[in-house]
Amino acid sequence: MNPTELHLGQAYFWILAVVAIAGATGTIIAKNPIRGAMGLLTMILSIAGLFLALHAQFLAAIQLIVYAGAIVVLFLFVIMLLGPNATPQFDHRGRVPRWIGGALFAAAGIGAMSLVIRAVPKDTTGKLLEGVPADFGSVDAFGTLLFSNGLVPFELSSALLMVVIVGAIAVARGKSKHDVSHAHEQTVIEQEAE
Amino acid sequence: MIPVEYYVLLSAVLFTLGGIGFLTRRNVLVTLMSIEIMLNAVNLALVAFNRTRGDAHTGQMFAFFIIAAEAAEVAVGLAIVLSLFRVRRTVRSDEADLLKN
Repeated sequence: MNPTELHLGQAYFWILAVVAIAGATGTIIAKNPIRGAMGLLTMILSIAGLFLALHAQFLAAIQLIVYAGAIVVLFLFVIMLLGPNATPQFDHRGRVPRWIGGALFAAAGIGAMSLVIRAVPKDTTGKLLEGVPADFGSVDAFGTLLFSNGLVPFELSSALLMVVIVGAIAVARGKSKHDVSHAHEQTVIEQEAE
Repeated sequence: MIPVEYYVLLSAVLFTLGGIGFLTRRNVLVTLMSIEIMLNAVNLALVAFNRTRGDAHTGQMFAFFIIAAEAAEVAVGLAIVLSLFRVRRTVRSDEADLLKN
């Protein structure tokens, strides 16, 4: 591998890493949830790019279709449905315990990061990722594994999605018109009885 | 090429950001987005570790199932947000206190 290629690969990683961190930061500090969803989208796109760099072409495509195409759109749909109510008024109540929790988590995360940094080899030239077979991460290789070793979890995940469809409809639907009018009739009958 | 530790480090940074957002934000929508960030960080670590072994796709398969489970989690989570909004007219997690007292 010649030096130019090496530099391009490193620039690709660093640019995507910085964009991903910026997107994540934007998501957690955004006052307006739509901006948060855009930050999330930015992070998801950069992670799809990193998947490509890691020879996971199939997962990069899945990442774009499922996250960018479905999950972010679902978030935007709910934010639009709630309208201005999706951005509640800012207030300071109960702020301190939250920030203590956040600071503790940040401390634990920084501890984990320092462990990772200690594990980074000083001389990276000898420890680069080795070459992989040409079909590594392709739909062919991945699908063969998915439908042989991963067949049971694959079928179970389809059952999970089925349950989720029913559950989401049942939870989000609320009371139907019929139920409400029926309940109203009940109260009217009870009031008349009194 | 980049050593795998750099990817793991990026994954740790993203996971920490997601955790901070999850613990400090009160808007349920932003909380759900923070969970997304954390699960994406986990996927990145799984795929990066899988890259070090060219003979198996186990890490990528794990990431695949995490993506499926996460889509399910978001669908149910947003349904609960809508349901909460219908009852309390708010999306703030600290006002979802119907079980208090």
